[in-house]
Amino acid sequence: MNAASDVALRLDRNATVFQQAAVESAAIPTAPAGSEQSGRRRLAPGDLRKRFRPDEFFAEKIITAVAVVSLATIALIFVFVFREAFPILFPPEVQSLAMDEEPIETYGEEVVGNQTSGMAQGQERSMRSETAGAEGGVTAQNLLSTSWQPVSARPQYGLLPLVLGSLKTTIIAILIAAPVAILAALFTSSFAPKWAKETLKPAIEILAGFPSVVIGFFALMVLATMFQNLFGYQYRLNAFVGGVAMSLAVIPIVYTVAEDALTAVPSYMKEASLALGATEWQTAFFVTLPAATPGVFAAVVLGFGRAFGETMIVLMATGNAALFSLNPVEPVRTMSATIGAEMAEVVFGDTHYTVLFFLGALLFLFTFVLNAGAELFIRQRLLKRFRGD
Amino acid sequence: MTFKRRIIGASVVGGTGLAAVGIVVLVLYIMATIVIGGWDVMSWEFITDSPTEGMTAGGIFPAIAGTALLVLIMSIAGVPVGTITAIYLSEYASPRSWLARLIRFAVNTLAGVPAIVFGLFGLGFFVQFVGGGIDNIVSGGTVMKWAQPNLLWASMTMALLTLPVVIVSVEEAIRTVPRELRAASLALGATKWQTIWHVVLPNSTTGILTGGVLAVSRGAGEVAPILFTGAAYFLPQLPGALSDQFMELGYHVYIMATQSTNVDATQGIQYATTLVLLLLTFCLNFSAIFLRARIRARKIG
Repeated sequence: MNAASDVALRLDRNATVFQQAAVESAAIPTAPAGSEQSGRRRLAPGDLRKRFRPDEFFAEKIITAVAVVSLATIALIFVFVFREAFPILFPPEVQSLAMDEEPIETYGEEVVGNQTSGMAQGQERSMRSETAGAEGGVTAQNLLSTSWQPVSARPQYGLLPLVLGSLKTTIIAILIAAPVAILAALFTSSFAPKWAKETLKPAIEILAGFPSVVIGFFALMVLATMFQNLFGYQYRLNAFVGGVAMSLAVIPIVYTVAEDALTAVPSYMKEASLALGATEWQTAFFVTLPAATPGVFAAVVLGFGRAFGETMIVLMATGNAALFSLNPVEPVRTMSATIGAEMAEVVFGDTHYTVLFFLGALLFLFTFVLNAGAELFIRQRLLKRFRGD
Repeated sequence: MTFKRRIIGASVVGGTGLAAVGIVVLVLYIMATIVIGGWDVMSWEFITDSPTEGMTAGGIFPAIAGTALLVLIMSIAGVPVGTITAIYLSEYASPRSWLARLIRFAVNTLAGVPAIVFGLFGLGFFVQFVGGGIDNIVSGGTVMKWAQPNLLWASMTMALLTLPVVIVSVEEAIRTVPRELRAASLALGATKWQTIWHVVLPNSTTGILTGGVLAVSRGAGEVAPILFTGAAYFLPQLPGALSDQFMELGYHVYIMATQSTNVDATQGIQYATTLVLLLLTFCLNFSAIFLRARIRARKIG
């Protein structure tokens, strides 16, 4: 392990040059007497190598180790959310086998304090899982059914109404948020006088700072009644109210990312367009906006991801009935709201619990793919375009 | 032709302006509604008293105290980790190293993970795995102390949720420390760590503060992660230990508005609680904006 030279090789900024010079100048007076007599000696290649300093070495290692925490967190989220959702990924036979072993471990040691009640619960639950297994508790068929009734004599874990509910609310939110946010971003980047910018930006920051529970509360108390009076539909709380409320949470994200993309469009493009006689709005709509399309698209994708995982707003404003319908003014129950509403009441390790974790795993995967995709998309496309490759 | 074009132009520009005006009006409208709705109930007693009569009267002090404790413990856990990560990313890692890129990717991803998934993670990892593990070691699993939702696990979950916020703003601040300052320090013979400790960090305290404030603001507003990692419906006394549950402002708003026994009778309380929460996050965000403006001014000046 040639750690010192390793470190020296890896330091790459020009700061390193100064540091090496400093180390070097510090080293010269203490150099052995023999070399002093030769007066100004020449630097041997080895002299430029950094001296090994244990404190510096460990500081770097510790800092690197701490920096890995965020990486580890992502990995742990993967592991633990999927671990709890794991039984569901097995076919019923394998699952019931796995479940016979599991309860003793989970209930006796981790969850229930006293051993006997732990055993009792474990038995009770394995009985329950047997009956559930007999009814096809978490078979793929059950999961793909259109009825979500987890607490009943014959539990139904149909995920379809929940997925549909999430999609419905999210799409409504995006349909409202995307045009408003993109137009506002275009306004700031192309037309707005300075004072207008200085009014809009803080407003957006304030909107972004609203806790989602506040937006949910506003939707529940004000928007729901207002829309019902306005449109006269049957249910006060429904996907539409939830979607509109959620658009409030999505607008700041879409606006910020889209505005960044629009401002990043090089000025020579706009200048060329203006020089050819195009008006300002023509330049904005036919040059700036198309040039920033990848960034604007990424903004919408990020907004979609945010809306899809949003919990408190939909929990408060959508009515939370797991209906399988496309009607936008009927109550819906989204995936995230289901987890939020039901997780506190389930028995640890139970089928219902597992299904809720499975929902969480789906949410995580979905937003992970969206975010990673959007990031790659911005980087690759936008950079490529502006470099003119 | 030109007249027609001018009309189109005006309406197009007007359309974008309308969207902008719409956003501003909406923000003002939401704030006005909540201020007006909560104004009558708002009083000093409301902030300093406990809820009484089955939460249909009295104040919200336990919820405010619970929120304060939550964000305090969260900051103690999260801000140092976030700061060190930012130091690693901006001072130690070469931008091309695979580890730095991977960490950066993880930070971005972490920022996009839904809050409710953090809640699930908190339950699966902190409550069951870590808490269960502690109980096993301490009492062999006979006493269930840590393997249930509590203040500590909720704070830790929230610390992970707010980690990206801290990292991003500290890193921004570190980058505004002029390169010449570092070079001067290194040229004087200071080592890399000495330079970071004595030159870079003192010059980025504002940024670390901004990161902390933004994280606190985010943490105070998020409810989904603590739904099942520690928040309690009603507790007469404040949490006395890390293993106690706690009341929280946002959670209080949620249950009062959706699950309380008499939603209509407590409307004033709900609005006032929302107002307190909004004021809290508003003040925090405002100070973060102010601090950030100072950092950016240095960058230019």
